[in-house]
Amino acid sequence: MTTNSPFLTVDDLRVHFSTEDGTVKAVDGLSFEVARGRTLGIVGESGSGKSVATQAILGLHSRETAAVSGRITLDGAELTGAPERVLERLRGNTAAMVFQDPLTALSPYYTVGRQIAEPYRKHRGASRRAARERAIEMLAKVGIPNPARRVDDYPHQFSGGMRQRVMIAMALVCDPDLLIADEPTTALDVTVQAQILDLLMELQEEFGSAIIMITHDLGVIAGVADDVLVMYGGRAVERGTVREVLAAPRHPYTWGLLTSMPRLTADVDKELVPIAGSPPSLLTPPPGCPFAPRCAFVDEVGDGRCAAERPALPEGRGAACHLTEEQQRTFYGERIRPRLA
Amino acid sequence: MLRFLLRRSLGAIVILLIISAVTFFLFYAIPRNPALLACGKTCTPDQLAIVEANLGIDKPVPVQYWEYMVGIFTGRDYPIGHCPAPCLGYSFTDNRPVLETILDRLPTTLSLAVGGAVVFLVVGLAMGMLAAWRRGTLLDKSLSSASLVLGSMQIYFLGPLALALLVHNNQVFSQPKYEPFTEDPTAWFGGLLLPWLVLATIFTANYTRMSRATLIEQLREDHVRTAKAKGMSRSTVFFRYAWRGSLIPIVTIFGIDLGSLFGGAMITEFTFNLPGLGRLAVDSVTKSNLPMLMGVMLFAATMIVLFNILVDACYALIDPRVRLA
Repeated sequence: MTTNSPFLTVDDLRVHFSTEDGTVKAVDGLSFEVARGRTLGIVGESGSGKSVATQAILGLHSRETAAVSGRITLDGAELTGAPERVLERLRGNTAAMVFQDPLTALSPYYTVGRQIAEPYRKHRGASRRAARERAIEMLAKVGIPNPARRVDDYPHQFSGGMRQRVMIAMALVCDPDLLIADEPTTALDVTVQAQILDLLMELQEEFGSAIIMITHDLGVIAGVADDVLVMYGGRAVERGTVREVLAAPRHPYTWGLLTSMPRLTADVDKELVPIAGSPPSLLTPPPGCPFAPRCAFVDEVGDGRCAAERPALPEGRGAACHLTEEQQRTFYGERIRPRLA
Repeated sequence: MLRFLLRRSLGAIVILLIISAVTFFLFYAIPRNPALLACGKTCTPDQLAIVEANLGIDKPVPVQYWEYMVGIFTGRDYPIGHCPAPCLGYSFTDNRPVLETILDRLPTTLSLAVGGAVVFLVVGLAMGMLAAWRRGTLLDKSLSSASLVLGSMQIYFLGPLALALLVHNNQVFSQPKYEPFTEDPTAWFGGLLLPWLVLATIFTANYTRMSRATLIEQLREDHVRTAKAKGMSRSTVFFRYAWRGSLIPIVTIFGIDLGSLFGGAMITEFTFNLPGLGRLAVDSVTKSNLPMLMGVMLFAATMIVLFNILVDACYALIDPRVRLA
């Protein structure tokens, strides 16, 4: 298999939760691809469906409450609707996950060694002793000092950054081909964030895994991602390589994310511009473009088209927006970029 | 561990001192002279004074309390008999040290409590786990409604009903009675089976509901999702990860329940006519046998305090974040 053919393909993924108030369309028609050795950054506000979508890849949603449809193909194998046995063999083995808050995501009741060794024993059929050796090896690999001693410690005996390293060691213990990192640095100190991201990148080079990095921080995306998917209201609104998206973003929502982000290089008196309004209701989504109620460019499109018609996301590089590509370029160059300088 | 035991034992002693003092002084606030009862109907002031001296209640109350507390460690001599240490008082109604009577009654109460607790803990947890495992299904809903109905029952309703239906009318169970285990284990078991089941029914319902609720709560925990995300089977996720966390609230309640059952299950003992500590306490109240009541209360309080310490020690076994110090 060549390194650039898609390893993971997600096609028209929908995750709907039935609640007492109605159906919450947390993910509503999402498509993307990730190739081996590449890192896809998924950006968006809380509630944009980033985590829900990626958890659906591993089939983590309870079948009673969540209806998942669409196609998810991992290394040629169809995952949607796959029986639980198949998914169990896949989780932690071919595809693993690093969660946001390592304090709550690790079990407080078992030693880190046991928690790291567990998937290795299950997926590789390793003996207790071999799995323990492997756990120590993984702890060393993620940069935990004195791993042979710390393997018997409990999660609460580690600092936040060290705990996230443990989490990463656990995710990588079976050498997965796909690693999903769900805001892996959000709960950590800024100085530790950079270390964790560097670690992930080093490990990716060593293992050649595909990585999906979920974040709301464009800085993280700039640092680690190859490709970017911007999500809004359960859908992708912009797609491109990291260079394309950061150099010339096309969607007004992406512009909003950029102008609301503080920068050290900017003039201190320059005000941050938050995106007005709040994310759309996933229960009763507006009929047109989900971003229209918060968008400053609705009048440029005119004819009430934004409120009536949902814009499609083109294949490859592009944005789900009714503005023409020409307009997108002009508005970004004239109105947005000066604010970012 | 040693520091924990030492610190908690000191705490327990303080609590028991407070309980004993409050109980003791409360009894003397009761406007009824025990000597008058012991003295009989034709009582002259001279006779009354002699009786009061015999009972040791002619002295100021704080002095009496002091003598009582000292007696626990050294034993006491009353004009009508000797009370060896630990002396929890002397009952003038039946002319023997309070502790002797308590120890006579204790096996009944312990048998009732331990047997009942085994039933309700095992059955309650199993039902709760079953309901949580199959949550949302008909089985879960039936178990939940059944436990709600049974949990709302009272022993004084369920007990006589069971007696009437299962003993008097149909002879499914033998007449409840207490037969010492050491003398006839089969009779011990047969005589206590119905009381155990009735006592356990009400507790089982509570344990079913609680273990179901805490398990479902645990299943939503982040670390339980992590276990699933790393490929653990559903039963591993359930039994190894979720169940462990659900134990803390269960152990807490179990400690309190067992502790209070060891102090006597009054209504159950009364319903089935079992001579345990609960009966003893009620009888002592009706007979105004204050020394006996004082002794039983102190004993029951000790049990509850003791089980609280045990519960805290169990926390450390379940959760490594809890450090005993």
